Amino acid sequence: MGANADMNVALSRIVGLWSGVLLAMGLAACVSGGGAMVASPPAEPEVLILASHDSFNISEQVLAEFETAHHAEVQYLALGDAGAALNKMLLSKEDPLADVMFGVDNSFLSRALEGDLFVAYASPQLEGIANDLRLDASNRLLPVDFGFVNLNADRAWFEEQGLPLPTSLEELAQPAYRGLLVVQNPATSSPGLSFLLATIGHFGDDWPDFWTDLRLNDVLVTSGWSEAYFTHFTVGSGGTGDRPLVVSYSTSPPADVLFAEDGREIPASVNLNLKGGTFRQIEFVGIVQGTERLALAQAFVDFMLGSTFQEDIPLNMFVYPALTAAALPDLFVQFADIPSDPVHVDPVDIEQNRELWIEQWTEIMLR
Amino acid sequence: MPSMPSARAALLWAAAPAAFLAVFYFRPLFRIVWTSFALEGSGASLDPTLGYWSRILGFTIWQAAASTAVTVAVGVPLAWWVHQVRGFRKRWALGLLTVPFVMPAIVVGVAFTALVGPHGLLNQILMYLLSLDQPPLDLLHSFPLVIVAHLFYNVSVVVRIVAGFWDLLDRRLGDAARVLGAGSWVRLWTIDLPLLLPGLLSAALLVFLFCFSSFGVALILGGLEFTTLEVEIYRQAASFFNLRTATILSLLQVTATFLVMYLHTHLQSKSSRPRVLGVESEPARPSGLSRTATLCLNSVVGGMVLVLLLPLIALALRSVTLGESLLTAQHFVGLFRQDRDVAFLASPWAALGNSLKYGLVAAAVSVPLGLCMTYAVSRAPRWLGRWLDPLFLLPLGTSTVTLGLGYILAMGPLRTSPWLVPMAHSLIALPFVLRIILPTVRGLSPSLGEASAVLGASPLQTWQRVALPLLAPALTVALVFAFLTSLGEFGATMLVARPQHPTIPLMIFRSLGQPGLVNLGQALALSTILMALSAGAMFLLDRIPGVARDF
Repeated sequence: MGANADMNVALSRIVGLWSGVLLAMGLAACVSGGGAMVASPPAEPEVLILASHDSFNISEQVLAEFETAHHAEVQYLALGDAGAALNKMLLSKEDPLADVMFGVDNSFLSRALEGDLFVAYASPQLEGIANDLRLDASNRLLPVDFGFVNLNADRAWFEEQGLPLPTSLEELAQPAYRGLLVVQNPATSSPGLSFLLATIGHFGDDWPDFWTDLRLNDVLVTSGWSEAYFTHFTVGSGGTGDRPLVVSYSTSPPADVLFAEDGREIPASVNLNLKGGTFRQIEFVGIVQGTERLALAQAFVDFMLGSTFQEDIPLNMFVYPALTAAALPDLFVQFADIPSDPVHVDPVDIEQNRELWIEQWTEIMLR
Repeated sequence: MPSMPSARAALLWAAAPAAFLAVFYFRPLFRIVWTSFALEGSGASLDPTLGYWSRILGFTIWQAAASTAVTVAVGVPLAWWVHQVRGFRKRWALGLLTVPFVMPAIVVGVAFTALVGPHGLLNQILMYLLSLDQPPLDLLHSFPLVIVAHLFYNVSVVVRIVAGFWDLLDRRLGDAARVLGAGSWVRLWTIDLPLLLPGLLSAALLVFLFCFSSFGVALILGGLEFTTLEVEIYRQAASFFNLRTATILSLLQVTATFLVMYLHTHLQSKSSRPRVLGVESEPARPSGLSRTATLCLNSVVGGMVLVLLLPLIALALRSVTLGESLLTAQHFVGLFRQDRDVAFLASPWAALGNSLKYGLVAAAVSVPLGLCMTYAVSRAPRWLGRWLDPLFLLPLGTSTVTLGLGYILAMGPLRTSPWLVPMAHSLIALPFVLRIILPTVRGLSPSLGEASAVLGASPLQTWQRVALPLLAPALTVALVFAFLTSLGEFGATMLVARPQHPTIPLMIFRSLGQPGLVNLGQALALSTILMALSAGAMFLLDRIPGVARDF
């Protein structure tokens, strides 16, 4: 009898759990279904699909401006990091995933153009865009923004130790800076690859020697940016990391202020702007070959290059607007000065040698 | 309960799950293999050498074998203890140990750095105790840490499977041996362990498989010195666009998975016997140990469980201390604040809602399909069952990167639908659901069904009144497990989710992608919430009588 009663209790509990689940599902279905019924405007807005990498961000209000003006609905499709996003677009060329793609950068420019993924569009807005950003003369890829991979330093840490901030890349290999730097693996991280490209552009054929010296000087390699910044960088980790130098972005210091909880007005980190240690990433937008909404896609590209969108870029994506006339927020003016001479590496060279360089780097650093 | 093996019945049961797998697994996989060999310029520009293949395969096997050995070595003593005790101690131990299993790797990475990082909990304690001014431990990016993380993830698999087996062993053998004068060690070595061997091997093979296809743990905690197959597939596909190399590696991994699962199925079919409900309510048997010895044992085991859970404790601690010297709830409060006006970015609470919704759909889809699979496998004649079972388990060992690229090619209009996420989750949960239900279905005694039929019950009534009550605990475990798998899933979600409908793991990933303490705090708070949800579900689960032993 006792066992039987136990079983009944067990059964009623199980039945209860199942019905709870079914009830919850029913409710969820009602809620989502009900929502769809309420919102059915007379004429459906035209849908524009924007493919990008995971870090695309823009203000709700700015986007709404475009949607209202063109009676359109913009849908955003996140496709992974910049490399993965481009690969997916190339794979789906026959049956495109999106109408517009944003986020091809200069290190992948050549792959995108060779893949013949985009149609040319000489937007009237191009006039206001700095000439040196326009890497594609055929106007299939139009520059939207640019940023810099740069070394960040923990200012307070260096002051406490009485150590001067490094003034050249070569100094990073000196004993005084032993065990202070954390970088990312170029095979798995975009800033990691950019920093490697900068050193290749700066040192030329001697770049392996520099990295050999760095390895001997106990540089730490992580697989991604977030681990380097949040776990090992003394500023980003909130004091639990032990590396006061990190490969990050020129705009990380303003972000440190914007996303601080203590109301600090001056960032705890500072840009180093070392010669040969900064690399410019330019991000492009293109209209996808085969889109059925060419006119709307062109309007969206114009909108992305216009001042409303451009001025919204800095505090959402932490990069600089490509439009020369766009006003910058104070935080950028104060703490994210544009490095004077970033390293330039030809996109064609990058596409041809990326894998070889990464393999060489892996050989030097990890084996 | 017709239980005569029949290929026709098996194939009939297999139809629905096979259709699901065809749409969400085989077709995408086939399309990506086909395309990568047909596509111009997708070949490797650097021709991989024999040394390259053997180095990656060799390391993958070696780390998986080492992780498995360590996990079994720790898991078996814990399983023995779990087998000995009843009641709340059993529930707590099993519940707590299973929490890591459903945590996303990205959170485990954060948890481990919060524990053993340069200024992690462990180093701080050691620095305080030994009055050092430098952190003494440097474990990040080391081989031992990868092994420990795999242990942390998988120990519950060993404990649950082995303890479940132990509970089922016929006690009379041990009692007879005791009467004949055998001591407890002799009984353990000569009776229990040999009888447990199939269960032990089955658990070991499962753990081996999980470690074999390890991605997040290897990448985040190991670094690129430790390149597993799965990490290399990601590298080749995402950064080099060498689809051919990535595809060959994926096929290699799928083949290895099939072989391991084939072996696993073979072992498991040997080891389930029919049983009836009621045995489990037997009271705990005195272990023959003195009170003091029992107390000692309990504290040792309690200590082991605590050590295994230290990373999660460190994570929770960090979420309430980050940026402050004392306790703070500001990172949790911050989740309510929506002070940034960003398009396409749902609030953390919307993400929580999505996660729960996807979890329910994944559970509702995968449990019925899994039940069909189970019937197919258990009704199949031996030769067919041997193929069906490993075939159903293939998704376990398939690279999500490769599959994601396949989805782009093969999903047509579905590829941007929000429904694709719970479908992908169901695919990932299915092998677990099958593994959870199968032993019970195999264990159903055919005579029960026959008796019911003799008494005049229709097949439906028999299923409802006899089979369902016996299956209910296992089905419930499967339901909760599928839900939790979906809740913590990261890799596949990343590939198919729309940013408008993020899940909690995606929010964590997004927060970790931007500098600033607010973002780190949000990631830690969300990770802690995810952890609490998983732990809560495990506790509820193990409170249902008859459930604890079924997985």
